[in-house]
Amino acid sequence: MPGGYFMSPAAWFKSRVGEDRRAVRQNVDALPDGLWTKCPKCNVILFNKELEKNLRVCVKCGYHYRLSAWERIQITADEGTFKEIETGLVTLNPLNFPDYEAKIERDKAKTGLNDGMVVGLAEISGHPVGLGVTDWFMGGSMGSVYGEKVARLFELATKKKLPVVMFTMSGGARMQEGILSLMQMAKTAAAVARHSKARLPYIVVLTDPTTAGVHASFASLGDFIFAEPGALIGFAGARVAAQAGLIDRPANFQTAEFQLEHGMIDRIVPRREMKATLTKVLDFCVGKGVSSDAE
Amino acid sequence: MPSKDWTVLDFEKPIAELDEQIAEIKRLTQEQGIDRSDEIAALERDRDRAIEEIFSNLTPWDRVLLARHPKRPYTLDYVRVIFDDYVELHGDRLYGDDHAMVGGIATLGNRQVVFVGQQKGRDLKERQYRNFGMAKPDGYRKALRLMKLAEKFGRPVITFVDTPAADCSVDAEARGISESIARNMMEMSILETPIISIILGEGGSGGAIGIAVADRVIMMENAIYSVIPPEGCAAILWRDPSKYKEMAAALRITSADALELGVVDEVIKEPLGGAHRNPEAAAQSVKAAIIRHLEELEKIPVSKLVDARYKKFRSMGVFEDLSKKTTKKDETSEEKPQEE
Repeated sequence: MPGGYFMSPAAWFKSRVGEDRRAVRQNVDALPDGLWTKCPKCNVILFNKELEKNLRVCVKCGYHYRLSAWERIQITADEGTFKEIETGLVTLNPLNFPDYEAKIERDKAKTGLNDGMVVGLAEISGHPVGLGVTDWFMGGSMGSVYGEKVARLFELATKKKLPVVMFTMSGGARMQEGILSLMQMAKTAAAVARHSKARLPYIVVLTDPTTAGVHASFASLGDFIFAEPGALIGFAGARVAAQAGLIDRPANFQTAEFQLEHGMIDRIVPRREMKATLTKVLDFCVGKGVSSDAE
Repeated sequence: MPSKDWTVLDFEKPIAELDEQIAEIKRLTQEQGIDRSDEIAALERDRDRAIEEIFSNLTPWDRVLLARHPKRPYTLDYVRVIFDDYVELHGDRLYGDDHAMVGGIATLGNRQVVFVGQQKGRDLKERQYRNFGMAKPDGYRKALRLMKLAEKFGRPVITFVDTPAADCSVDAEARGISESIARNMMEMSILETPIISIILGEGGSGGAIGIAVADRVIMMENAIYSVIPPEGCAAILWRDPSKYKEMAAALRITSADALELGVVDEVIKEPLGGAHRNPEAAAQSVKAAIIRHLEELEKIPVSKLVDARYKKFRSMGVFEDLSKKTTKKDETSEEKPQEE
């Protein structure tokens, strides 16, 4: 971490208000937006600027906030190297599913994106890669556009002989596109197969949450699979699991830690170490690039 | 007398009543030695008319009930009729033998094939033994192992899909249910031998597609193919599980829907009143379709076959591409990436 960090907001609060933190928190909740954030895990009050500096990871408990697609690109790709592709793909309502268009419009407005998957070409520490990142657009769910973007990214990367780095965040298949969403699982898995057959590296980073249709397709097919600490990762989505009435769940069920323990992922990598880890893996796969002495 | 049989669906009750009347007269005929064949024939005509009428007005939810019908023929019922001979093979060579997924080698006329499929149980005990047709990673890995065997010996693969869903229990998760399904789809997409999948009953989400990446996907008339069970979807999306009937319609899960959406290649008509009324005839129809498709697929060189399979799944999905031409131009005119 670069320097310039002087005191955690938690320490600051402690020094200022002593033990009466509950009252302070309530006061903070009433403060104008944009200055402070309360950590959902440890409840500490975080100064937004410090949170940004810490890559949106709680300085006290290490809770990893979800990132928007563009935040992820910003901390992953070398500055100015990301070039988005496939921006012209637009979601339709093939089943005439009730309320679908309204939800799409709502999340378009919320995220400024056409759909949850953002794909493009970028460099990571000088390594040219195909990069896919996800936004919390309709729960990060995979419909036709999402699946098509993943497939096209892999096809382009295969053509250009590039590694693919994929950050996943998804509740699963998009129910509003019914069986067509299910087919995106096969489509993306098939696209990975061709890229893999061309002996090109594929690195997956599972972020909170990655479940169901996405976890059971391209997200589980990386040569290297990393996860952010504490991320929810699993087959049955949270509400499906609740419906199935799963009992006797271990406390860490469907977390990154559970998946590591059961041999399903290579490593848990904290966000601040992510780019360095990706760089090492890319160095291993393709050799050290000429410009790998990144800033 | 109205039927109390739990294996009779509500909308089947008029049919069951006529069936019972016919059976009763037949019994009396035998006992009393009186010829009442005219009466029987008339009742049978009435019954068949009733079936036709009922089955021409089925709702999507009715199809769900038929796909899950307790008397519906299951994978091994089809296997026994379709193949002249078969040897079931067990285990994934990694952990165990999943009873919810069966598979083996079989002969079909002069062909040697590999089959895999989910297997449901008929009574309570067998249902538990088969885990209600919900396979764990061990099942998907067994299926893949057998498919690889088919590839090695140049034999076609026939998969039978009939599952409410893949198992999502703690141990399924611990052994990587997601990975096993993802791996199967990936490997099936490049498997160098013909693959035919038949959706027999329930085509339940990832559990189904995990063995259904095929050159030909065929669906029984009263089967369903869905990304999520309608009950679950109603609970999740509308927070109202009681709306499952509406959801069954909204999700477009019938065979006619799947055909229209380009997800399956063919729908096999079921015997009058559903496959369970004549499992033998249903299996013969499936057999004929398998042979017909194999004859086509065997003529295609394997590299072309695999390419076509990729394109088939690649083209699934509906969206608008606003920049189709310009995007393509961009790609080709772009300078080559620095590779050194």
